[in-house]
Amino acid sequence: MNPRPEQDRAARSVDVLVIGAGPAGLAAAARLAAAGAGRVEVLEREPEAGGAPLFCARPGFGADPRGRALDGPGYARRAVRAAVRAGAVVRTGVTVTGWAGPLTLETTAPTGLAAVGARAVVLATGARERSRPARLLPGSRAPGVLTTGELQRTVTLFGARPEHIGRRAVVAGGDPVAGHAVRLLRRAGVAVAAVVCEGPRAAAGPAGLPADVPVLAGAVVTELAGRGRLDGVTVRDRDGRTRTVRCDTLVLAGDWIPEHELVRAGGLPLAPGGRGPLVDAALRTGVPGVFAAGGLLRGGEPAARAAAEGRAVADAVLARLDGRDPGPARGLPVVAGGAVHRVHPGLLGPEPAPLVLWAARPLVRPVLSVGQDGRILRRARLGTGLVPWRPLRLGPGWTQDPDPGGGPVVVRAEDGGDGTG
Amino acid sequence: MTPHGRRPRTGAATASPAGPKAASGAAPRPASAAPPRAGTHVSRRGPLPGGAGETYDVVVVGAGVVGCAIARALARYPLRVALVEAADDVGEGSSKANTAILHTGFDASPGTLEAGLVRAGHRLLTGYAAEAGIPVEPVGALLVAWDETQRAALPGLAAKAARNGHHATRIIDAAELRRREPHLGPGALGALAVPGESLVCPWSTTLAYATQAVRSGVRLLLGCRVTGIAPRPGAPHRLTTTRGPLTARFLVNACGLHADRFDALLGVRDFAVTPRRGQLLVYDKPARSLVRHILLPVPGPLGKGVLVAPTVYGNVLLGPTAEDLDDRAATGTTADGLAGLRERGARIVPALLDEEVTAAYAGLRAATGREDYRCAARPDRRYVTVGGIRSTGLSASLALAEHVLGLLAECGLRTGPERPLAPVRMPNLGEAFPRPYRDAAAIARDPAFGTVVCPCEHVTLGEVRAALASDLPPAGLGGLRRRTRAGAGRCQGGHCRPALRALSEEYGKGAGTR
Ligand SMILES: Cc1cc2nc3c(=O)[nH]c(=O)nc-3n(C[C@H](O)[C@H](O)[C@H](O)COP(=O)(O)OP(=O)(O)OC[C@H]3O[C@@H](n4cnc5c(N)ncnc54)[C@H](O)[C@@H]3O)c2cc1C
Ligand SMILES: Cc1cc2nc3c(=O)[nH]c(=O)nc-3n(C[C@H](O)[C@H](O)[C@H](O)COP(=O)(O)OP(=O)(O)OC[C@H]3O[C@@H](n4cnc5c(N)ncnc54)[C@H](O)[C@@H]3O)c2cc1C
Repeated sequence: MNPRPEQDRAARSVDVLVIGAGPAGLAAAARLAAAGAGRVEVLEREPEAGGAPLFCARPGFGADPRGRALDGPGYARRAVRAAVRAGAVVRTGVTVTGWAGPLTLETTAPTGLAAVGARAVVLATGARERSRPARLLPGSRAPGVLTTGELQRTVTLFGARPEHIGRRAVVAGGDPVAGHAVRLLRRAGVAVAAVVCEGPRAAAGPAGLPADVPVLAGAVVTELAGRGRLDGVTVRDRDGRTRTVRCDTLVLAGDWIPEHELVRAGGLPLAPGGRGPLVDAALRTGVPGVFAAGGLLRGGEPAARAAAEGRAVADAVLARLDGRDPGPARGLPVVAGGAVHRVHPGLLGPEPAPLVLWAARPLVRPVLSVGQDGRILRRARLGTGLVPWRPLRLGPGWTQDPDPGGGPVVVRAEDGGDGTG
Repeated sequence: MTPHGRRPRTGAATASPAGPKAASGAAPRPASAAPPRAGTHVSRRGPLPGGAGETYDVVVVGAGVVGCAIARALARYPLRVALVEAADDVGEGSSKANTAILHTGFDASPGTLEAGLVRAGHRLLTGYAAEAGIPVEPVGALLVAWDETQRAALPGLAAKAARNGHHATRIIDAAELRRREPHLGPGALGALAVPGESLVCPWSTTLAYATQAVRSGVRLLLGCRVTGIAPRPGAPHRLTTTRGPLTARFLVNACGLHADRFDALLGVRDFAVTPRRGQLLVYDKPARSLVRHILLPVPGPLGKGVLVAPTVYGNVLLGPTAEDLDDRAATGTTADGLAGLRERGARIVPALLDEEVTAAYAGLRAATGREDYRCAARPDRRYVTVGGIRSTGLSASLALAEHVLGLLAECGLRTGPERPLAPVRMPNLGEAFPRPYRDAAAIARDPAFGTVVCPCEHVTLGEVRAALASDLPPAGLGGLRRRTRAGAGRCQGGHCRPALRALSEEYGKGAGTR
């Protein structure tokens, strides 16, 4: 067909290349630039830098130093300003499409194609919510099904109007964003027929759900119906009974999956149980010089958490740049057991590190253990329940003294029964 | 895209009427009836162009891959042709939801019409694809034997392939099979290697035919369902449609799943269509490296069975199911169907199941109870039925179109002299060929080709604009997806749909909410 176009790629190089100008990438770039890491460049495919918060035009993003509540776009603008002031270069409208070498990335932009090399690469590409087919939701493929992310983008582009969304919606998922979806739908004049969440109602995030919204707790959406347009969903409750809820819109909230295209294309080792890259506690990936932070590692967490991780990854990048610690991720593998679905980080170094874990299913009174080669390092009954969409953080005390020459560290949760312990 | 496309035609060709050779039905057409600009040849709503009862030499009903191929074949002649379609775009029926394989016909029933047309169609479409920019990847197929019975069936299948004119098949042992497909599940005993079986883009195929037909003068009438045909012995057919009446000297039924119902409008009852649903799962691009060939099962009593195959878009397909239904619109998926596919897939390529699912869909095959097509000419009615195009219509389409020209001739159509068709070059949707987001020259010409609007599929603003401004623009976001792949990736439009909607509305042609 066409001649090989690759010869026309402009080559250039920087010290640190950050991919994704969301809270994580911007925080990393700000710290790196301030610490004198040299030329720090952030590449962002969207026309505007800021990441997912740009589409969250409501409070929920903390406050500025004077205590005024920040909305998503306000938070995003501050993050961009901080990175640029520190000396980082933020380029928008640049899509990173693949790897041209171990630390060289291919980009496409209106100005042309480029291959950008770096001494260190930080992947901060964020996460998205799983789509209808990715959730294997059977039934009709009629329009009317969208994620919270798409709902927010629709409202950002078209305004909060029912004609661009629907008239009557069901929100599926117990993730904190379900509450945001409900409020946004109502603001747009869309009636919310029900929120269907697998866990108990109380699980639905810190912001919670409006008190008057009907909640079908302990239930899941199992099938979609409608021709030409969605007209209802089948909901199955805990004891297997099904019912139909009429609606022309279904919002899929939560169920995060990392935006991991570059991770896969680069052949980076994957975290077990997740789709993000395997990292150690310093956020190094399995490839020397490539680091990862933010939603890419753990979707569905607050922006402030992603930003904190961006700052943390900067320390590891600096250690590589000044030759103190150039290596790839290393340590004992950390694996999930029992009802634990995923653990972060996937590798445990010599220093004790905090762990984050996700449950595969709701557990009421879980017993948690950390073990190695059949030996229990620590075991305790938790004071709270576990739900799949809210990760649990364990202090570094849980990971003291594994045998550095031993096998994988297993983090396990079992159902301890109802209040019997 | 440039509006380059009208047919280069010489004055002589246009002026010379089909007259002397024309049959009673196909009267000569004055030179002034030369088709107007291509763009005006696609009509989607409102009263039909040309006024009530406009007369055509040939009306082809159904703009699936088959009807579009027929219309394109007819466009080579100085005839007034209309392609009439109930949906608001071409290829909205079975033609948009299949397994996207360009079959060689190695496994057809030897001697059937289908066997001959698939074989010829494979050759024709392979050539046409190269010319029109339709992505085709000749990866070849492996018919994998998982038990002794299946292994014992391989020589018979090779012999059958030879009877179908395919002499290059070869039986390979388990070791070679594993070398060629390292991710195959345990227990595979051997395979029949079938070179020539290819991946093809079904969307650009249908669109290329339709675009070329339209550019060459065929009128495409969309949103126009034929609801009745007045019996007028000896005179042209008077069709009632949802957009008004039409007159046809010759009539072609390419109604796919509805071919029997269309036949019934003329009192013809030859066969009944049973929709046979095929559900499919599409896996995300990282799965592409797990599969090198089209992995077919050895056919058993239950039909062709579930395959695992790459796509030209760089995904992997798992499917289809085969379920006989009554409902000709049942294109939804089912929990059982998807679970069954995953169970089969786990055996064929276990690692596939660890990958993310990009899409799930279902298509309906037009089964008629006979292992062959149901094509028939009815000279008394100047009517041709192209029915029962079950599971190979994409592969056979170009050969089917030539076959239909023959059937129309049997009915008395005199076509007049052949002329070259307007050229067509489709935007490339295949991963094996350069795409605009990697084309520095395209970006230098128009920076919009450097703006990625659909990140999952790397579709650029330039491509979306070109599709919206093309001779056959999409009617909605589904049509835009089939023209560009925008929204067809792992997030299924969650990211780009709002922006695509805004762009479609800007062009004034988008249906907005689809
Ligand atoms: C619907 C929704 C509601 C939320 N509500 C809240 C809330 O109320 N409060 C709160 O604190 N947090 C909220 N969050 C979470 C918060 O937005 C995330 O934690 C945070 O944005 C994660 O930051 P990040 O930098 O890792 O990823 P992102 O913010 O997703 O940024 C990643 C960036 O990388 C870019 N990118 C990806 N791939 C490429 C590529 N190949 N080339 C170039 N650029 C690329 C993307 O365009 C994006 O801008 C919400 C998130 C969502 C989706
Ligand atoms: C699951 C599956 C997998 C397949 N895999 C392959 C494959 O790998 N390779 C291959 O070659 N083939 C394959 N096929 C077969 C192929 O898809 C079909 O043979 C082909 O698409 C049939 O095209 P068509 O034009 O006959 O029908 P359709 O595409 O269904 O077109 C018929 C059109 O007629 C229109 N119509 C009907 N009635 C009227 C009316 N009264 N007025 C106006 N318009 C009307 C409909 O709206 C429709 O658009 C597969 C099919 C399925 C279902």
